[in-house]
Amino acid sequence: MKRTPKEVEDSARLVTRRGAVLGGVQLLFMGGLALRMRQMQVEEADEYRLLAEENRINMRLIPPARGVIYDRNGVPIADNSQNYRIIIVREDAGDVEEVVRRLKRLVPLDENDLERALRELERRSPFVPVTLADRLSWEDFSRVASNAPALPGITPDVGLSRHYPMAEDFAHIVGYVGPVSDYDLSRIEDPDPLLQIPKFQIGKVGVETKLEDRLRGKAGTRRIEVNAAGRVMRELGRDPGIPGVDLQLTTDWRLQNFAQARLANESAAAVVMDVETGDLLAMASAPAFDPNKFVRGISSRDYGELTANTYRPLANKTVQGTYPPGSTFKMMTGLAALKAGVMGPEETVWCPGHFQLGRRRFHCWKRGGHGHVSFDKAIVQSCDTYFYEASRRLGIDPIEEMCREFGLGERFDLPISAVAEGLIPSVKWKAQVRGETWRPGDTINASIGQGYVLTSPLQLAVMTARLATGRKVMPRLVKSIDGLETEIAPTEPVNVPAHLMEMTRRAMYRVSNSDRGTARRSRIVEASMEMAGKTGTSQVRNITAAERAAGVFKNEDLPWERRDHGLFVCYAPFDRPKYAVSVVVEHGGGGSSAAAPPARDILLFALYGGIPPVEAYPSDQRERMRTMYEELVLRDPPDPGPSRSRA
Amino acid sequence: MSYLEHSVKRVPTGARKILYLNWPLILLIAAVASIGFLMLVSVAGGRVDRWAEPQMIRFVMGMVAMFIVAMVPIWFWRNMAGLAYLFSLALLVFVEFFGVTGMGAQRWIDLGFMRLQPSEVTKITLVMILAAYYDWLPLNKVSHPLWVLIPVAIILIPTALVLKQPDLGTAILLLAGGGIVMFLAGVSWWYFGAVAAAGVGLVSAVFASRGTDWQLIKDYQFRRIDTFLDPASDPLGAGYHITQSKIALGSGGWTGRGFMQGTQSRLNFLPEKHTDFIFTTLAEEFGFIGGISLLILYGLIILFCVVSAFGNRDRFGALLTLGIAAAFFLFFAVNMSMVMGLAPVVGVPLPLVSFGGSAMLVLLVAFGLVQSAHVHRPRGS
Repeated sequence: MKRTPKEVEDSARLVTRRGAVLGGVQLLFMGGLALRMRQMQVEEADEYRLLAEENRINMRLIPPARGVIYDRNGVPIADNSQNYRIIIVREDAGDVEEVVRRLKRLVPLDENDLERALRELERRSPFVPVTLADRLSWEDFSRVASNAPALPGITPDVGLSRHYPMAEDFAHIVGYVGPVSDYDLSRIEDPDPLLQIPKFQIGKVGVETKLEDRLRGKAGTRRIEVNAAGRVMRELGRDPGIPGVDLQLTTDWRLQNFAQARLANESAAAVVMDVETGDLLAMASAPAFDPNKFVRGISSRDYGELTANTYRPLANKTVQGTYPPGSTFKMMTGLAALKAGVMGPEETVWCPGHFQLGRRRFHCWKRGGHGHVSFDKAIVQSCDTYFYEASRRLGIDPIEEMCREFGLGERFDLPISAVAEGLIPSVKWKAQVRGETWRPGDTINASIGQGYVLTSPLQLAVMTARLATGRKVMPRLVKSIDGLETEIAPTEPVNVPAHLMEMTRRAMYRVSNSDRGTARRSRIVEASMEMAGKTGTSQVRNITAAERAAGVFKNEDLPWERRDHGLFVCYAPFDRPKYAVSVVVEHGGGGSSAAAPPARDILLFALYGGIPPVEAYPSDQRERMRTMYEELVLRDPPDPGPSRSRA
Repeated sequence: MSYLEHSVKRVPTGARKILYLNWPLILLIAAVASIGFLMLVSVAGGRVDRWAEPQMIRFVMGMVAMFIVAMVPIWFWRNMAGLAYLFSLALLVFVEFFGVTGMGAQRWIDLGFMRLQPSEVTKITLVMILAAYYDWLPLNKVSHPLWVLIPVAIILIPTALVLKQPDLGTAILLLAGGGIVMFLAGVSWWYFGAVAAAGVGLVSAVFASRGTDWQLIKDYQFRRIDTFLDPASDPLGAGYHITQSKIALGSGGWTGRGFMQGTQSRLNFLPEKHTDFIFTTLAEEFGFIGGISLLILYGLIILFCVVSAFGNRDRFGALLTLGIAAAFFLFFAVNMSMVMGLAPVVGVPLPLVSFGGSAMLVLLVAFGLVQSAHVHRPRGS
């Protein structure tokens, strides 16, 4: 900008004037700072000096004891164990290498941990305590304690760490805790100062994370005196804080352990539910993993093994696994048809082994056909054609409505991770989500629990309980929090006429108790515990025309991941139902051979409250069952002693 | 021929420029930085390699940058002001999407050898563009409402971006720094009065809204204000830092406890002792004498800038020099107020002393601009 000399002078004068004003303000402010400094450092110096002396009294946070999780009988599933540690202070140790060398002769030290600790020691100030070794045995720990004079700078110390005495059994329900990560912190606004404690454990999965707020508790404080070198001289007092709240789950540790052991070699899930209260007595998902490994910080090798396993041990298949329910779905289609009146209670359908819809042919599992089939026979022998015809008359939407009555397609509000909603298709769903029109063939597929239909084992158990009682039972996992029983919501009846429910129950009874029933081999002969059930076999593949022609039908001929899922739902005793059980065996083959036997064993274990007597089984199976039970390895009852320390 | 073009002919050229640098200013800067190195050695427990050594390397790099900037004629920098401003805006937008968020939500770009905080760069480019703007604007239009709106927009755009990071401390510094340049340029007092009144109104509205359903800020933000007003209310959280910082400062007394003898800093009672709270260590170990000496050194740096600006007939150079001096003043004033418990804890480092690469480098480049304005100032007949 070109300016005349006058303008330049005007500008300079203005800037100088304003600059002088600003300079004055700045000078005043600096004067203020100087006065404040004088006030604090000269006039009030003595007070502050005194405070600084007192400041040798330092406040440290004490992590509260995490709430213990018990099973329904009060046996601990997740508790806190003493964690014996060795702590080193560089300043006091002098020659760190020499001290570590001496320590190594006394206790085994993990090379990786040691290296990490030494690096941290190098980085931190010389008076900061650093954990050298963690989770020592009591013997090693006491050996270090008694050799303390020879180990300058080394302090034995006791902390608390999460411990899961049931190991694998509750891995999927309770989940596990682990050290707070930066990612965890970034998700929390205004985090609890506790979370800043290095290696503080918070819930990562399952009940541990869903009920973290109740389990964690409030931090306590410790007033300690430190000397001029920063070493802790003595403790002056402590406020222990508020420990986390204890929880009691509805699960029974013995039944859970049995179910887990019974399914051990399969990729499978089983849910046991009390049909009256909705209490989940067991939710087994096999294979499982040891949550204690995660508490310590799992090695990448172990973690890699878990993720590489095709049986997916990390997934909780009871709530997160969704499967086509196959024939276990037929009660829904049948009830919907009977309720709507498109099918009479005694009306029969002709099954020639297939069903023709326009130019498409849908096959019944029995190639020769079932002949004349009524509702009862259709359930007992699991005839597909009957339900194809019923659904053709009905359309998909009444079936979907019936499913909602029984809890299919509903995400139950349980405090576990990844509870799935499953999928009950409808005309609207297909239009909205997939942008396609619903085809008649889709209804036919859905009528036998194939096609788009997906349900979780939990939902199947809820369905079975509701079939058994005719009431809308809701699943419940938390029995009490802090000694206060959680409420059991009052149930309303399902919106189905009682005589139709009765018919269905009788048909389910005959599934396992009549000569032609698909689960006859899995019947219970003990008269007071007779079982009603339904088998299901769901395809995970389409049988191609070529395969049909070539006759590749046998499951055993297929690779594992293409085999059928085996399903079974049941309840017992038939006349006054107590427990409902659902079992899904992934790629296990037919429901009657793969899923029904373990379901019966689990149901019997629940009814007897222990290993059932072989007399409950049909006489020709007793010898085999005896051997199986002898070989089954179950967990011993936990030591009732004072081991559940809450120190 | 204008006055400026006539008078710049006497501006020194080539290597002779070195003789005309503002050498006292350079010595003052080196003196303050040296105090910083000393304190960084102390808080590291006597170790040089932890913080002091990297800081020295950055200081030397910064000094080189300062000399290079100083050698380039000031009118080049004036012409670059717009580009520099746009560049810093682009960086701010860039970090919004690709930056790394560290502790306390400050965002930076990892350049490999250092972490660049675009908000630091913006503090200087904002002063540059405003100085260039008022250099271009005819004097009689300075207080015209339309010509006031433009610089206000120039200030608010980066402020909003920084606020979004969120970095309240830097946002306030940008606002204050920009406002000061407008004030220096001669914008009418009335505008500043109106803004001050609106500010008072807003603050009272925020407090009046507490607990009502139209509450203007979040609960935790209120708690931070509570903590500032009464540190004892949160003795383990943020209040702890202020309390400990005050104790460290006060216990220094007249002469301090001696180099590396401060118990407060040594015993880890102090947070961020190598960055934002480094002044407390100085005050604890060297007492009132040490603290006041640093304050005087800072004052002298401002004074030399002001003197240079008053003798500068180039409007851009004068505004730039005073603007940078004001920004520098804001840094140490806010930081010292914070550690003395006179202002809430906002993350503002102590200039030239606190550990940190971006701040140091940007400040030295800024002083390079001051030097360039000084060397290339029009010399009257």
